[in-house]
Amino acid sequence: MAQSVSMKLFYGAFGVLVVVGAAWIWSSRGGSEAVEVDPVPVDPTSFAGWVLGSDSAPVEIVEYADFECGACAHFAILTAPDVRQRLVATGRVRLRFRDFPIQGHRYSPIAHQAGACAGEQGRFWEMADQIFFNQSTWIQDRRPARQFEDYARAIGLNMDQYDSCIKERRHAGDIEASRQHGLAVGVNATPSFVIGGLLVAGALPYDSIVRLVERAEARARP
Amino acid sequence: MAIALLALVGFFISLYLWLWKVGILGAIVCGDGGCETVQLSEYAQFFGVPVAFFGMLEYGALIGISLTGLQPRWLHRRGPTLALVAVSGVGVLFTAYLTYLEAAVIHAWCRWCLASAVVIGLIFVAALAGVWGMRRSESPAPAA
Repeated sequence: MAQSVSMKLFYGAFGVLVVVGAAWIWSSRGGSEAVEVDPVPVDPTSFAGWVLGSDSAPVEIVEYADFECGACAHFAILTAPDVRQRLVATGRVRLRFRDFPIQGHRYSPIAHQAGACAGEQGRFWEMADQIFFNQSTWIQDRRPARQFEDYARAIGLNMDQYDSCIKERRHAGDIEASRQHGLAVGVNATPSFVIGGLLVAGALPYDSIVRLVERAEARARP
Repeated sequence: MAIALLALVGFFISLYLWLWKVGILGAIVCGDGGCETVQLSEYAQFFGVPVAFFGMLEYGALIGISLTGLQPRWLHRRGPTLALVAVSGVGVLFTAYLTYLEAAVIHAWCRWCLASAVVIGLIFVAALAGVWGMRRSESPAPAA
């Protein structure tokens, strides 16, 4: 009898743990709660990130991302194409990518240098796609710089200019300026987004992005 | 019973890390970024499979064995208890290796990995206690 009662208690506790664990995993999907952030004053002489889309777009999405971050690659592969095609190309949104290399990520510095050196030749977005889409490959390479050179060649960069840019670490200051801007905004995870004054962390699904954009559009209307 | 509950906790920790690793979870809640450093290192994969997936298999096996051992027909058999010691022993050794890598090679600490290390350690101790209790109950009573 006592054993039967203790077994019932055990199965009860087991069931509760299953429900709590499943709820925890479920609530971890998508991203964090959006928090209102104050605009951070931007020094007009400092690097302002890589921009895609029209200057007249009513809403701007600022993405803070790290090329070595798995969730950033997940967003780049699964969600960013929809954002570009359905929001940026239609003039609703302007996308701004700000480098946010995470301290301690071994290959982030060279990956962000590669992105910026492509950006110098007007090909940042093509290079960013190459870096994110092939993340699982170069991240396991002891010398990923060679792979970035291949990507640079594949997107048609002038390799002499690219090589000298990498060697001189020409954009290290820009990348650090972007990271500092992110820290000032309150970014502490990647990817993070600022949409209409709201900061939200996580590889947001497209539907969440659209909801935040619609909210920003409504606030922008007179 | 305690082993099944602990293994369930360990399973959810491994599931969380695995889902993040494959990109389904947007952000990992870790505090200082150590989890990302560890999870993105070359040591976070074993034969091309995320280490967290092996954790899920390990804890899944422990849940299965411990629930089997609680069934009436298995309750007084040694098999499940010995299997728990063996499986959790493998887990402890693998976890010790991963913790060494965090400390000496990667130089970053993943808090969820440490939590899992504590869980598998407790399971191993509980399994050993189970064997010890079994041997005591099997030893003949001293002659009067």
